[in-house]
Amino acid sequence: MRRENEKKSFEQLLNREGVQSLIASFICIVLGLLAGYIVLLCINPAGAGRAIVSILKNFMYFPRPAVALEYFGSTLAKTAPLLMCTLSILFAYKVGLFNIGASGQYAVGAGLSLYLALAFQMPWFVCLAAAMVGGGILGGVAGALKAYLNVNEVIAGIMLNWISLYSVNMLLTKVKESSTTYTGALRTNSPGALLPSMGLAGLFSGNKYVTIAIPLSVLIAVWVFVVMEKTKLGYELKATGLNKNAAKYAGMKEKRNMILTMVISGCLSGLGAAFLYLSGIEQWSCAQTAVPAMGFNGIAAAFLGMLHPIGGIFSAYFIQHITSGGSYIDKMVYCSQISDLISAIIIYFCSFVLFFKVCMKRQLSKKKGGQ
Amino acid sequence: MALLLQYTLIYASVLLLVALGGCFSEHSGVINLGLEGIMVMGALGGALVMKGMADLPALLLIVAVVFGSVLFGVVYSLLLAVAAIHLKADQTLVGTAMNLLGTAAATVFVKALNMAEDASNVSSSIQYIEQKKAFSLLKIGNFELSWFMVLAVVLLVISHVVLYHTKFGLRLMACGEHPQAADSVGINVYKMRYAGVLISGMLGGIGGIVYITAGVSEWKFENGVAGFGFLALAVMIFGQWKPGLIAMAAVLFGLFRALSNVYSGFDALAALPIPSTLYNMFPYMISLLVLAVFSGNSRAPKAEGIPYDKGKR
Repeated sequence: MRRENEKKSFEQLLNREGVQSLIASFICIVLGLLAGYIVLLCINPAGAGRAIVSILKNFMYFPRPAVALEYFGSTLAKTAPLLMCTLSILFAYKVGLFNIGASGQYAVGAGLSLYLALAFQMPWFVCLAAAMVGGGILGGVAGALKAYLNVNEVIAGIMLNWISLYSVNMLLTKVKESSTTYTGALRTNSPGALLPSMGLAGLFSGNKYVTIAIPLSVLIAVWVFVVMEKTKLGYELKATGLNKNAAKYAGMKEKRNMILTMVISGCLSGLGAAFLYLSGIEQWSCAQTAVPAMGFNGIAAAFLGMLHPIGGIFSAYFIQHITSGGSYIDKMVYCSQISDLISAIIIYFCSFVLFFKVCMKRQLSKKKGGQ
Repeated sequence: MALLLQYTLIYASVLLLVALGGCFSEHSGVINLGLEGIMVMGALGGALVMKGMADLPALLLIVAVVFGSVLFGVVYSLLLAVAAIHLKADQTLVGTAMNLLGTAAATVFVKALNMAEDASNVSSSIQYIEQKKAFSLLKIGNFELSWFMVLAVVLLVISHVVLYHTKFGLRLMACGEHPQAADSVGINVYKMRYAGVLISGMLGGIGGIVYITAGVSEWKFENGVAGFGFLALAVMIFGQWKPGLIAMAAVLFGLFRALSNVYSGFDALAALPIPSTLYNMFPYMISLLVLAVFSGNSRAPKAEGIPYDKGKR
């Protein structure tokens, strides 16, 4: 009797939407890693197992806990911007828009924040605000094109990505180091623009890249959750996404809602870039010929997190974890892009989530029918 | 001037081929946003043939290269076909995944290949200086007519005929407009959509190899194809999903793309105080403008992007 009860509660658990989503995400990860492992096996069977383990271990590659902790801090410092891009994409997707322009908004955020920091020695909060405004305006452009002129937001987003990449390269060339293609280091040129650490660095063996960006990004994730689920604005935005015409019929300003969504989404991506570059962990290369990958990794993390802001926190961490882990594999045999490959495969499988869920439901109802 | 014409024509050929690919896929009812990835894969296929079969006589080499690109493009487009047609996945997401996967997979593959040959070579490039010469059909002064331009025109004519003058083409278009109606008269919608996507894989793959052999004689696969797949989609929208108009749109876009390669050769343009980066931005700006003007009353196939469900009405 008791066993039967346990079995029943287990089935009830499986029937819950959230649990099914979790299982589906897990399947995506396992399939992605498996595919990555097979690719490694094809390249060189001898070291494949070790390589996939180093990708998964990332900072745990270092045996000394203090050093590992420091590198854990670096991974977290890069997770914060990725989380912002993830939020940007899932926010837009909830309203039925695919913000593939997150990369461009991210580039503009990087451009404005670094330019203000290096050319005018502005303090960090001004740079942060500028990055947000810049990303927001670019997002707004894509949103307005969609709302008023029916331009496919994916194609418009890609075009805006390239336009912003080239513009930002042009802008930042003015503040680059004279001998390299990189922008000047903030620590020496404009220390006031660095995000404050507020003692967080001490928690990670003094890793100076650990800043308030990390807790801030988590807070913003919670904010996105609250806006989407608990406010009138979120309800209106989601209604517009589900059916634009019905929303209009119900008296909502559907065009304004679309643009507003893209503005918020753009703000989030722009802020993400500021979180990365104002921590000083990386410098922008003005010779960059590829759109920043952060926006695209954000797509992976958003869908892996089941389009839930809180899920996004974990999935963003996971994607960044394996991306950082890619740099620890044996470079004599494999290349670090293998982690890009794994996250691309994960995105591909993420598009089958609905299919996985339908299969799961069918299996469950079959069982019920049998009893 | 001759150089501008040559680059315009070669980039127009790329855009034309890829846009025709998108056209077939969308007419069958599947949005193909993965064209970028398909181009990378097609380019990889062609480049591998050039690397591996460098000794073939010129004409045979061309055939082999095109075949390699088609093969890679078609196989890769199966990823979209299976996901969009059978598993009813979100086509935007699948397309995006394919673009990322294409570049990542090609990079990993080429790097592995290079490292296997020479452990110190960690680049993701394939060189084809000698092999590239085979693609030249005739040379008049600076102008070089390439076999690929001819191929693009031939495929344009074939596409037009197939779409509008064959049973297959008309059926294909019916599946993109109203799949339920098509099904009711005995057309297999799934089969037609597979055909549409696979044809787009074929044309996209050829477009990829033409793109990487357009101006340079080695290709770094890390770079992908710089948004060309999406430019081609803009060309397709500008061309109202009709092969003839697409060809004209492709020439216009090709011209703007070519300008960034050769503007320094014109004294008048080089004297203008325009930074070179701005020329790089031109094609993207023009396409945004074109999209803004022409998307309003678009003539897109009505059922594109909607997975076909037999049970639905």
